[in-house]
Amino acid sequence: MQDPKSGLKGTEQKLSVTTIPHVITGEDIIAWLLNKMKVTQEEAQACGTMLVAYGYVYPLQNHRKLLMCNDGSLYRFQTWVAEDCDYAIYLEHYNHLNQWLNHQWDFIVMQATEQYKAGKERQKPDRVVLDCQERAYWIVNRPPRGTHSAVDYGVDRLMDQNTEEKISFDQYRRMNIFYQQAIMRSKVKSSVSLGALVKYVSSYRNHDPFLTPCLPSNPWITDSDTFWTLNTRRVDVPTKMRVERWSFSFFELLSDQRGRDDFKSFLKKEFSGENLAFWEAAEEMKWGAASSMSTKAAAIFKTFLAPGAPRWINIDGRTMGLTVKGLEHPHRYVLDGAQTHVFLLMKKDTFFRYLKSPVYKEMQKKAMNPDLHNFSESQLQQNARSRSLGVHPIVLWTQDEEERAKAAIAATPVDVKAMMSKIDRKK
Amino acid sequence: MCDQTFMAITFGPCDSCTKTSPLMNIYLKSEPINYCSFCVEMMACQALQSGESLASLRTESDVLKKKLEEERSKLHDVELHQVAEKVELVSALSIRTRRVLKGHGNKVLCMDWCKDKRRLVSSSQDGKVIVWDAYTLNKEHAVTMPCTWVMACAYAPSGCAVACGGLDNKCSVYPLSLDKNENLAAKKKSVAMHTNYLSGCSFTNSDMQLLTSSGDGTCALWDVESGQLLQSFHGHTADVLSLNLAPSETGNTFVSGGCDKKANVWDMRSGQNVQSFETHDSDINCVKYYPTGDAFASASDDGTCRLYDLRADREVAVYQKDSIIFGASSVDFSLSGRLLFAGYNDYTINVWDVLKGNRISILFGHENRVSSVKVSPDGTAFCSASWDTSLRIWA
Repeated sequence: MQDPKSGLKGTEQKLSVTTIPHVITGEDIIAWLLNKMKVTQEEAQACGTMLVAYGYVYPLQNHRKLLMCNDGSLYRFQTWVAEDCDYAIYLEHYNHLNQWLNHQWDFIVMQATEQYKAGKERQKPDRVVLDCQERAYWIVNRPPRGTHSAVDYGVDRLMDQNTEEKISFDQYRRMNIFYQQAIMRSKVKSSVSLGALVKYVSSYRNHDPFLTPCLPSNPWITDSDTFWTLNTRRVDVPTKMRVERWSFSFFELLSDQRGRDDFKSFLKKEFSGENLAFWEAAEEMKWGAASSMSTKAAAIFKTFLAPGAPRWINIDGRTMGLTVKGLEHPHRYVLDGAQTHVFLLMKKDTFFRYLKSPVYKEMQKKAMNPDLHNFSESQLQQNARSRSLGVHPIVLWTQDEEERAKAAIAATPVDVKAMMSKIDRKK
Repeated sequence: MCDQTFMAITFGPCDSCTKTSPLMNIYLKSEPINYCSFCVEMMACQALQSGESLASLRTESDVLKKKLEEERSKLHDVELHQVAEKVELVSALSIRTRRVLKGHGNKVLCMDWCKDKRRLVSSSQDGKVIVWDAYTLNKEHAVTMPCTWVMACAYAPSGCAVACGGLDNKCSVYPLSLDKNENLAAKKKSVAMHTNYLSGCSFTNSDMQLLTSSGDGTCALWDVESGQLLQSFHGHTADVLSLNLAPSETGNTFVSGGCDKKANVWDMRSGQNVQSFETHDSDINCVKYYPTGDAFASASDDGTCRLYDLRADREVAVYQKDSIIFGASSVDFSLSGRLLFAGYNDYTINVWDVLKGNRISILFGHENRVSSVKVSPDGTAFCSASWDTSLRIWA
């Protein structure tokens, strides 16, 4: 930027009566940025403001406001050299700038020496300028409240660039262990993995509110929360878009509670609900409180794994053996193998049968497709005045908990003997 | 989702001590073995064997590193922008500020969305943590922490609690209530404890576990109820600044980034560092998974954002521009993964086309550094937090 040929030229400028040397107007700086970086007017102005805010360039007139104005306001490059320690803070940013301001440092040093030499025999206009310069420097370094600063940087980070890294033998061993497994790790060709990223984007394109307007409208834009009320967890008739998303992947189906419910009703018709129930129980154990782990493990063993269990799951003997043995000393991840097995079974088989089933087909037919909202200006203002409060998540959570408690009671296997004795007593 | 991480046996008897525990899948002389984390640590720390020296270990390390690079480049058959060549361009976006949340007295350092798509929690330098209904602009709760610089906050998946921490080196959980006047500080629960500042926190798939990252160079998984440390993650050689949980079906991995310029992928079960990437030139301020969980993006002080593909095991894109000279502080993806929103220290937010690698839009509005950018759970909007003491919702 200060390159003598391609950079900005500081010239003498007249300000009312005094003449100020080596200054640049805001207009010129912005024009230079525009030309050099091929950016928009707005961005060039923002970039200029950054230079001012961080003190690389300082304003000569308006010191209170650290802004770059696109007019005849006068600016100068910061040439005030502070003590080393003060300056060190800036170095990180300075390095970035240095890449395209690489003439600056020599310039600074040169001018600083010159200025010190010039010292006492300074003329009056010079002194005024110097004053501005110093003030600008201290504004940047010891900022009054509310102005920008790079000094209040936050927390010191541990990493010290200057100390050489000493690596001990155990660290080398750890690195070698890591490298060996990283080398052996199965990788796929870039064309395959990147192709998958592109495919994901194209299937979700119409579901991304930033790319395709959502139906009926984006609540943040129209202040109408219909989009949210149509997409609540326990809505009876879901939207077409939502039902379509369930078909994208098994994960997508399971992560939407409404989708999971629909999948459950399919499993119920198939009499094969135990796999999903086991998967859910294993999830709960994995992510649940540590204190409840042993009771959960016992319950899972009794319901799904014990010989003759009411919801016995069908997994291979080896996995079953490992899991049952592991349950003697329960651990959060003891069900991992069995859970993966069951999950893959559902993902590779049940999920596709669900997508072809009448349950899903009917849901597709039933699903609604809301019309695009077309609010008038006055309606929009009305919406903004009466934004709906919605239902608080705590309320929803309480409802969910009650529901789960009910479902748990309903799912408890009936103790036939107890029932019989009750019936006997009634007689 | 990385099939390998998913499929590998991670629970069973250790090949060394035979105790049943989560296992690390490692290789010794190309032979696969399953050791528990304790036995791996013992193996790493045992004294130098005969014929082994620091120099020989270093040479071995260099050879392995080179081999890894070779393995990676073998499968490097195409670039992302080539694969995306036929994809149509993104049409002009009309993103504008839809809400401005004012109420913090100092720099806003972190924010997190509630699963209800409209509430959020934010934390600030003056020690205040505020729970907002961003849709109506109501402040629902405000808590004052006993420390300044609350650098991390997270909303629980149930929407019934928030977690936060910072210079107190702790992560505390505050249960929320419907009564706005209730004193939340009275119900505060200290869960995690680090030896340096807390830089990030996140609940796992439930309210019962917290994952934290800290300036002490570690990440850790905690049991919320008892405050028990469930698993710690060692491997970074400097402050960890950010973490993000994988959105995949198993949720067993997470990624972290830090001042050692590394982004590490971890297996949450065994504590093993399964992948590591070091291509940034400066501190990594933020890491964020791609919606599929097969890739992640990072934002760094070197002024660039990068995309890493986990299955290709390499960096696949760099998002940079000559006019961007200040560091990037935070990134997040739009719902489809096509757009990458990135907040910068030069007060701007840039919107990148993930596939083509070019910048689509630049958003002005904040008057100081943007500290955090997060897309809402249903992708309808994103929120930016800034040092100018405000938060903005963009849609």
